[in-house]
Amino acid sequence: MPDSLPSDSVGLVSPKTIHFDTPLELACGQTLESYDLVVETYGKLNADASNAVLICHALSGHHHAAGYHSLDDRKPGWWDSCIGPGKPIDTNRFFVVSLNNLGGCHGSTGPNSNNPETGKPYGPDFPVVTVADWVASQARLADHLGIQQWAAVVGGSLGGMQALQWSLDYPDRLRHSVVIASTPRLTAQNIAFNEVARQAIISDREFFEGRYYDENLVPKRGLMLARMVGHITYLSDASMGEKFGRELREEAYKFGFDAEFQVESYLRYQGERFSETFDANTYLLMTRALDYFDPAYDFGGDLSKALAPAQCEYLVLSFSTDWRFSPARSEEMVNAMISARKRVSYAEIDAPWGHDAFLIPTPRYTDIFTAYMDRVAREVGA
Amino acid sequence: MRADLEIIQQWVRPGHHILDLGCGDGTLLDFLQRERNATGFGLEINPDHITTCMGRGVRVIEQNLDTQGLDNFDDGMFDIVLMTQALQAVRRPDKVIDEMLRVGREGIVTFPNFAHWRLRWGLALSGRMPESDALPYKWYNTPNIRLCTFKDFEALCRQKGIKIKSRRVVDGQHQNSWLARLWPNLLGEIAIYRITRETT
Repeated sequence: MPDSLPSDSVGLVSPKTIHFDTPLELACGQTLESYDLVVETYGKLNADASNAVLICHALSGHHHAAGYHSLDDRKPGWWDSCIGPGKPIDTNRFFVVSLNNLGGCHGSTGPNSNNPETGKPYGPDFPVVTVADWVASQARLADHLGIQQWAAVVGGSLGGMQALQWSLDYPDRLRHSVVIASTPRLTAQNIAFNEVARQAIISDREFFEGRYYDENLVPKRGLMLARMVGHITYLSDASMGEKFGRELREEAYKFGFDAEFQVESYLRYQGERFSETFDANTYLLMTRALDYFDPAYDFGGDLSKALAPAQCEYLVLSFSTDWRFSPARSEEMVNAMISARKRVSYAEIDAPWGHDAFLIPTPRYTDIFTAYMDRVAREVGA
Repeated sequence: MRADLEIIQQWVRPGHHILDLGCGDGTLLDFLQRERNATGFGLEINPDHITTCMGRGVRVIEQNLDTQGLDNFDDGMFDIVLMTQALQAVRRPDKVIDEMLRVGREGIVTFPNFAHWRLRWGLALSGRMPESDALPYKWYNTPNIRLCTFKDFEALCRQKGIKIKSRRVVDGQHQNSWLARLWPNLLGEIAIYRITRETT
């Protein structure tokens, strides 16, 4: 933690839990009778509530997107590089709302929350939620906060899918949809990686079919493996090469199977840390939400038809070395928007960091994002 | 106002859907959006220009005409496809013109005239590749790899059966000049062509 908070930080923030009593019908057919959403907000909502920006998180994200919870925090929120005073999403102008999605494990109702019917954690009984379900719950949150229309809904990766879904499900409730490093649907390869991650968790002996809470255990090895495999897809060959190369932890080969290469120990470390803070059932749910996302599905695969109701303006950004959701996937989306006669801008940003580039402030990314959001702010008088 | 903007504006009807190939910093589209309530996109590859467009509310797509073409645009989806001072910089101007008139009902093309008297004079006198305000590069670093004259362009249009609806000739500062109107291929520096495949 820094001795003093940086001047372009939103500073010390604290999350709020909001309880919702109106039942939420889910895509799977089940209904959540009541639920909690954990939320952080930065900046001030203006008098006509026109300057609100919704941040949608990715697979392992949560509500803590910017600032610090305490002066002892080692790191700020996950998107602190883009949210703060003078940053692309400028908290001097925007009122920023960031939440933990349903099914998450950071305070919003999810598999590790108590099921009011049994008094025990939901575990595997928590319904499989979809991107559209999240968007519906986020619309309830907007109602609660008195926000009729978002100046922008913004997200990277799985968050970008929510930004896209918003434009289809609530066309008049957002002015801009900012879709970063995302895709209109997963490829077979994407789903395959998710399946490996899920199998790693499910086949862990301590998973107990999702009821590990009752055993006071955690399927740590499975979760760790899932994260390791996922993490590889977030980086590029080049960035891994630059970071680790073939560097060894010690000088010579040891002719065994311990972590001898730096990249091995890095992945193990990342996996272990993740397995201490993340819930295995949530990981299963989030990857399924990714797999199922396909707004064109009901329109014979024609995304431009699915986009027909949208009214917002889109900004789509991709990164040159992202092979998880490659620039070609973003272009697919952009082309459908063009065909559907929607307003869209698109740039492919040259960055070496693969999929993770959407979290890293490269100059061109920051410039474009800042220029676009500045225009959004001017448009809503913020 | 720049004379070329003034001229192009006259050919744009309110609400026209426009594609601007090589839209630069978006000056023209911004102007047409405000003055003519036009909609549409610019295509551009220069990162700084793209950022400027996004900041001023011009919808811009990062797309390279040479490598990506216009395959992602449907037939006849634009009222007008613009290309100002970029035709001479693409690899296959003939194919770009075909594509312009596939995705748009009408094309507006501007380019520098390589037969302007000063360029002819420069080449004749010095025996070196000519340079001018409109063409300020050296032969080895110029992005203008497909220079042509007004006559060349008109011959290509004839060969392709493309109709030239209007032609306006201006000088290097985009000003109208009666001399350039009198003897365009010798005295005109920049031409603004309005072309179509439609017969009416």
